[in-house]
Amino acid sequence: MKQRLDPLLPVVGVVGLIVAWYGAVWYGIVDPVLLPSPGATFHALWSGMSGGALGLDFVKTVWRTAVSTAIAAVIAIPLGIFLGSSERLYRSVEFVIDFFRSTPASAMFPLFLVLFGVGDKTKISVAAFGAALVILFNVAYGVMNARKVRLLAAKVMGASRLRVLLDVMLLESLPQTFVGLRNGVSLALVIIVVAEMFIGSRDGLGHRVFEAQQLFDMPEMYAAIFAAGALGYGLNLLFILVERRFVHWSGK
Amino acid sequence: MFAGRIAMERLATGSARLASANAAGGTAGSAAALPHVTIRGLTKRFDRVSIYENFDLDLPRGKLISVFGPNGCGKSTLINMIAGLVTYDAGEILFAGKRREQVKLGYVFQNYREALFPWMRAFDNIGYPLKLMKVPKPERRARTERLVAHLDVKIDLNRYPYELSGGQQQLVSIMRALIVEPEILFLDEPFSALDYEMTLFMREQLQRIFIETGMTIVLVSHDLEEAVYLADRILLLSRHPARIADFVVFDSARPRSAATLSSREFVQTKAHCLDVFQREVRG
Ligand SMILES: Nc1ncnc2c1ncn2[C@@H]1O[C@H](COP(=O)(O)OP(=O)(O)OP(=O)(O)O)[C@@H](O)[C@H]1O
Ligand SMILES: [Mg+2]
Repeated sequence: MKQRLDPLLPVVGVVGLIVAWYGAVWYGIVDPVLLPSPGATFHALWSGMSGGALGLDFVKTVWRTAVSTAIAAVIAIPLGIFLGSSERLYRSVEFVIDFFRSTPASAMFPLFLVLFGVGDKTKISVAAFGAALVILFNVAYGVMNARKVRLLAAKVMGASRLRVLLDVMLLESLPQTFVGLRNGVSLALVIIVVAEMFIGSRDGLGHRVFEAQQLFDMPEMYAAIFAAGALGYGLNLLFILVERRFVHWSGK
Repeated sequence: MFAGRIAMERLATGSARLASANAAGGTAGSAAALPHVTIRGLTKRFDRVSIYENFDLDLPRGKLISVFGPNGCGKSTLINMIAGLVTYDAGEILFAGKRREQVKLGYVFQNYREALFPWMRAFDNIGYPLKLMKVPKPERRARTERLVAHLDVKIDLNRYPYELSGGQQQLVSIMRALIVEPEILFLDEPFSALDYEMTLFMREQLQRIFIETGMTIVLVSHDLEEAVYLADRILLLSRHPARIADFVVFDSARPRSAATLSSREFVQTKAHCLDVFQREVRG
């Protein structure tokens, strides 16, 4: 009995949060202008997502995040494999990678604005830049940390260097690659949303949050925040499901 | 290719050939008298520590050779150098006139968990060396199935390695080593991560494989009983820089069984090896 209810445990926190929220509104603990009721917020979320402007913004943000992550993956995965296949090679560029990985991507906006102007190109390229470094770092480490015994096993069976790379290192690095992709897509989303707020944008979730705040439309603002949260959570979940399907040996 | 086919036939007709295989081993012709592996002047250093210094060794063909010695004396390093996995600083390793690349080797690692490919089903793990040799898929399947049937393995080979028990995984890696019909099979403490019951079972499997194929087997073992029980020759190494402390002959008839363990020649041989070992460890 106890165990059958276990899958419902995550619901407890959600219900608790909503109850607390209702309570805060009901007893006027927080200024109702700053914190609308859950009902008003979810109404805004529902009507916005089903045919309203919020739905369009959501799609725009998904699109930008997906494109930037895809660009990052296409560049960073092969490069990461290449750099990771030789530890000396990676060591020689490690500082540069770590340096830019540690640089807040938002600090790159002015530079990319000069390069690409105000538009999707800038947003997407900054997000791709940030995500690529995260993915690159993880892929390279995944390749470098390939189990030594497994490489020796392939070698003693007569595998060429290329075969070892393709048949062993590549697959060995997959779990770590997925860690990189998950972190990369999260970072891309953060960068895209920030860019949509402040870099002359006419759509996207960031724009929606910002505009709602300017217009003091609080239910709308909270609705957009929740939509962004759901998006981030959903993307992470998506990668976990894909990983479980294709990297079934991960952690075993 | 031709030699390979003969080996396969021997595998396929298994125990029926057992008696004749033994007889052939007993009346070894001149080819069998030549060592399979000849090591001369082998020198190996890690940093400034000398593991082998001008080391000579002959490994007889068609024998099961156990390697026994103190921890860290260089047992793994020795078979790794022969197998071409580790480079050496000086000396030469010869394979009866062949180059290393011309000799098919099998290698079984102690750590089966890390040696098998977790992304491949057990069946594909076993067939992987054939894939490297560009053997077409149907033939790969057929050969793998034949080997499995012959060894009488009762494992669901459609599973992934991490779904198998330790013993089953090690059996899969032994089959992966055998699938190419190697001339020489190296095993580095293959059973030390298994429980006792599984270890006993695996010893019998290895003995059977040896009897039926007659290939040269080099077994590193840290269990003296196992080393003597399975071996034709026991190579006893000293602390590094490793010398041959003794290269003991143990000629007890095969197949050996529990009775062998209590036979006089076994007890004496084991006692002698222990003696040499203790002298080496103290000295
Ligand atoms: N890659 C390496 N770098 C430096 N030293 C090494 C390396 N590999 C082995 N050694 C050293 O060489 C010696 C021999 O190692 P080896 O693994 O061959 O010993 P072993 O006889 O197999 O030991 P064990 O019984 O523990 O398996 C050890 O002292 C070890 O510390
Ligand atoms: Mg060892």
